[in-house]
Amino acid sequence: MSNPLTVAIPLHAIAHARSGDKGNHSNICLFAYRPEHYAILQAQVTEQSVAQLFSGRRPSAVRRYLLPLLGGMNFLIENVLDGGVNESLNLDMHGKALSSYLLSMLVQLPPALLPAAGHDGHHPHTG
Amino acid sequence: MENLFVGSAAGGSGDRVDAAAPIVATLIASGHPAALIFENLAERTLAFAQLAKRANPALGYEPLLDAELRPILADCIRHGIAIVSNFGAANPRGAAAHVFRLAAELGLEPPRVAVVEGDDLAGPEGESLLRPLLPPERAGQPFVSANVYLGAFEIAQALQQGAQVVITGRVADPALTLGPAIAHFGWGPQDWDRLAGATMAGHLLECGAQVSGGYFADPGHKDVPDLAGVGYPIAEIMADGSCVIGKAADSGGLVDLRTVKEQLLYEIHDPAAYLTPDVVADLSQATLVQVGPNRVRLAGVRGHPRPATLKALAYFEGGWLGEAEISYAGPNAEARARLAMEVVRQRMGATMPLRFDLIGAMSIFGDDDGRMLSQQPPGHLQDVRLRAAGRHDDQAEIDRLLREVYSLWLCGPAGGGGVRTAKRQRLSSTACLVPREAVRPTFIFAKP
Repeated sequence: MSNPLTVAIPLHAIAHARSGDKGNHSNICLFAYRPEHYAILQAQVTEQSVAQLFSGRRPSAVRRYLLPLLGGMNFLIENVLDGGVNESLNLDMHGKALSSYLLSMLVQLPPALLPAAGHDGHHPHTG
Repeated sequence: MENLFVGSAAGGSGDRVDAAAPIVATLIASGHPAALIFENLAERTLAFAQLAKRANPALGYEPLLDAELRPILADCIRHGIAIVSNFGAANPRGAAAHVFRLAAELGLEPPRVAVVEGDDLAGPEGESLLRPLLPPERAGQPFVSANVYLGAFEIAQALQQGAQVVITGRVADPALTLGPAIAHFGWGPQDWDRLAGATMAGHLLECGAQVSGGYFADPGHKDVPDLAGVGYPIAEIMADGSCVIGKAADSGGLVDLRTVKEQLLYEIHDPAAYLTPDVVADLSQATLVQVGPNRVRLAGVRGHPRPATLKALAYFEGGWLGEAEISYAGPNAEARARLAMEVVRQRMGATMPLRFDLIGAMSIFGDDDGRMLSQQPPGHLQDVRLRAAGRHDDQAEIDRLLREVYSLWLCGPAGGGGVRTAKRQRLSSTACLVPREAVRPTFIFAKP
């Protein structure tokens, strides 16, 4: 998906995330640093695009729960951990790093919404 | 009514043992009613504790209990700060005996130590309850451990009856915080919104520093001051169940909207229905506000009636895991590592599920079946570590895998170095839901 009016950047530049595990399921919460980027996440980081990103690990389902008051969302990615902490042969048997995998996803931003160079992710009120 | 301050000094078994002293100092200086929690029991920890107890019936509780309590036990008792922890693991009475020994060593009067019981379902009575609820393939497999997640009300009652230390086995992690809040505010079992609010305070505390700047730093994007000295969190809980998350005074780390948001949803599935033994918490209307430096207020959590069932987790022996690694570096290193992978794969045949990683090219993002690695075109990396991992019920087969990697030193591609091999027994778990009325949680005061 390319659009001459937008710029592709990694999600990592506009959002932060953390993953957790329960059994064979992973959940990844994702939050926009800036309120104006929440709509970008809502439109582009969907159940379908996340299922596509993780397709190599063959999850059985992806559910998204929106939390507009917190500027974020929670993904439940089912059966994506090769059996989870007791069964998997992965070094990262918890899928702790899957939040970083999600943040590698490319999103399309209009130039007006691009984070300032060198300041992506900086939050002036809390930094 | 005064607010209650709850400090969290551990987020898992093996967490830092120097976390508690700065929290206790902060709680004492605040002068408010306070409790201190240690969360020491990840899912598998209890099964390993059960194995330790089998080997020595006096053990089976948190091995670091002494190191956790020694620096702060006297101060907590002197200042009325209740200590609440699941560090009893598979042997809460053994942990109580250790607390009495430690108190005596420190020259203290024997404290009032309560032990919460009823979670352990590995005995005959528990087994007859659980067996019909487990899938047929578990029939005939003996339990390593079986525990039901208890709630907060036994902890609360023990505190109301004067316990200075409350030791549990398996309870829902947020119950460590909810229990002291129920005891302090006198909430009832149907104060759903208040129970839900304090449950989420407990959820934010239960992983220790993960809410106060731990597991958060991403240099240049999410910077954390003095991460090496990260302070552990303290929740100030109000009578309506809302809370303000802060941290130990004069510590490193960071409490801001971002750190709290990440932890608020950690290991949660549906944010509108977070199931716990005491309440179903609903975050859909929850709000976070930065109310000061390193202080974030959580409000708007709603509660719905608690589930009719409680979650139980049974563990079984799960065969063996073997892992072996060897490194290749310099010119053509990636091609040599890939050749080594093919040698091991060919010689092992189809004896067991095998996973290969090329650390430096792809390791933890890939799937166990190797599809993602196989789709990655060979490159020209000059420092690559090959990892082979396999599982099998027969330890001898695992030993064969480890020898195949070891012998790459002699028979493999040129220039391989740094072989390391390891094997360990695995555990396998099944979760099920048991009717609440079939479970009998209770507490006793331990005798010194």
